[in-house]
Amino acid sequence: MVPTTRVLAALAFTVAVPAFLLGWLWVVGRLEAVLPHRLQRRLVPWLWLAPALVPVGVFLAWPLANTVWLSLRDAGSGAWAGLDNYRYLVTSTEVHTALRNNLLWLVLLTGGCLVTGLLVAVLTDKVRYEAVAKAAVVLPTAIPFVAGAVIWRFMYQYRPPGLPQTGTLNAVLTAAGAAPLAWLVDTRTNNAALIGVGVWMTAGFATVILSAALKALPPDLHEAARIDGAGPWQAFRHVTLPQLRPAVVVTATLVAVSAFKAFDIVYVMTNGNYRTDVIANLMYRQLFVAQDYGRASAIAVLLTLLAAPILVLNARATGRAGR
Amino acid sequence: MTQLLTRPAPPVTAAPAVPKRARPRRLPTHLTLLLVCGVWTVPVLGLLVSSFRPAYEISTTGWWRAGEGRLTTDNYRDVLATGGFGTALANSLLITVPAVVAMVAIGSVAAFALARMSFAGRRAVTVAMIALLALPVQMTLVPVLRLYNAAGLTGTFAGIWLVHLGFGLPFAIYLLRTFFAGLPEEVFEAAALDGASTLTTFLRVAVPVSGPAIASVAIFQFIWVWNDLLIALIFLGGDPGVAPLTVAVSNLVSATTGQGWQLLTAAAFVAMAVPMVIFFALQRYFVRGLLAGSGK
Repeated sequence: MVPTTRVLAALAFTVAVPAFLLGWLWVVGRLEAVLPHRLQRRLVPWLWLAPALVPVGVFLAWPLANTVWLSLRDAGSGAWAGLDNYRYLVTSTEVHTALRNNLLWLVLLTGGCLVTGLLVAVLTDKVRYEAVAKAAVVLPTAIPFVAGAVIWRFMYQYRPPGLPQTGTLNAVLTAAGAAPLAWLVDTRTNNAALIGVGVWMTAGFATVILSAALKALPPDLHEAARIDGAGPWQAFRHVTLPQLRPAVVVTATLVAVSAFKAFDIVYVMTNGNYRTDVIANLMYRQLFVAQDYGRASAIAVLLTLLAAPILVLNARATGRAGR
Repeated sequence: MTQLLTRPAPPVTAAPAVPKRARPRRLPTHLTLLLVCGVWTVPVLGLLVSSFRPAYEISTTGWWRAGEGRLTTDNYRDVLATGGFGTALANSLLITVPAVVAMVAIGSVAAFALARMSFAGRRAVTVAMIALLALPVQMTLVPVLRLYNAAGLTGTFAGIWLVHLGFGLPFAIYLLRTFFAGLPEEVFEAAALDGASTLTTFLRVAVPVSGPAIASVAIFQFIWVWNDLLIALIFLGGDPGVAPLTVAVSNLVSATTGQGWQLLTAAAFVAMAVPMVIFFALQRYFVRGLLAGSGK
């Protein structure tokens, strides 16, 4: 059972934060009335921002700088380690495996989500059951990755040939006369199997953005192309797709960043075994199993550096899309 | 839908292509969508069916053969009563609700300042928020964990509320700032003419018309915090008494090697139930949150 004190604490926090905010803003309001006008215009906005700037500073801004600093210290953050932790990144095979897998995640997750998102956005645009079809694809974006991982562990379930298969995929395979596959153990399929779960859980996000972008396009150009005799594929390829380009770039960059941060699916389904490790899981293990804060920090810096160029690309594409 | 699928294709003529010719192409469209929807719904359906099957049947036959066997609610009873999932469900709520309320309250105040007050540094703060929005959470974990270890905040709910608050604020501020900035100037001028204070203008003018935007932020953050595994694993530690649903499910996965699979099916559904209800009831707001996530 949950202790009563915990419930009371949660209630207190839920009430206290808005109450404190109101009190704070009331005090700021009184201050506003007595302060000289010039000082007032300079100071008051910052007093309104302060309740947000303090947690953002403590939990985001300061840790950002501190992680870089810790990545240059030893495991217990006590002594100076120079570039030792970065040497580990360059020389360790476990880092190389994780990097290779993240690259696979990057390519396959982004590609899979874009293809599915475009396909669903374009095809549902023309049918009467659009809402239902889109809801089916978007629903998994709302559920926890952990639950998605459990769902797919059952889908990928393997039993030796001869026994009735309990996993849906292997049942389909054996019904078609093929041998069942140990999806999550076999190193030829396991990374793709994990990324497939990622696509299943993320494609809805791509669908929502691309579908909204598609609806915002003026229909004239597409119609003109069709009247000029272009087939549906040609019209899509040469007219619609170029117009969707900014939305496609934004979607691709956001999915690509999530590929670097992939953690939950791998943690629950294989825990990085059978050569399926990714950077985020490696960092988690360095933090809790090896308790090496220096290496964990260096991995975090690597992750951020890898994501940074994609984010710059995203910021520029967003600027072009005029949002 | 069946009616659409079985509509007879018009006879193919040798006439040159005109837009009407699009008709025969509708069958592939329906088939493709049917396939995609199947791939996206069958896994959930399979788990749902499995969660009502007894242990022996789950481990010997597939869910599609459930009709031949027995159906039971034992899995749910076991997982909620003895599996500790009742506690985990309560923990998830106790972690999520306070964190989201704090995020929305503080976020809307800051967003209002950024959107409706002009001051030196406004642009810099806005840009910094947008940049932090995209920061990988991993980059902040080690220092915050060290801080928490020193302050005795690991394993406490206060600690995890504050972490979620810090991580979630840039998104709340970003989305609400865009919304507040888009409100018509006249309303605020009218309030100023009436001699309303800034606080009154915020509470009586800005907040009441921002219901949908605030709802989007709240729902999106709710689902984000509810679904989080990494932050809970790191800052709540190994104590199952404080674990939210996501941690409880992942512990159950690592604890089960063949045995207890039937519990996993029900456990996953308990973890999914709240986000699924929110999704179906408040789809519009959820989708708006997803869209805002793209508009950085």
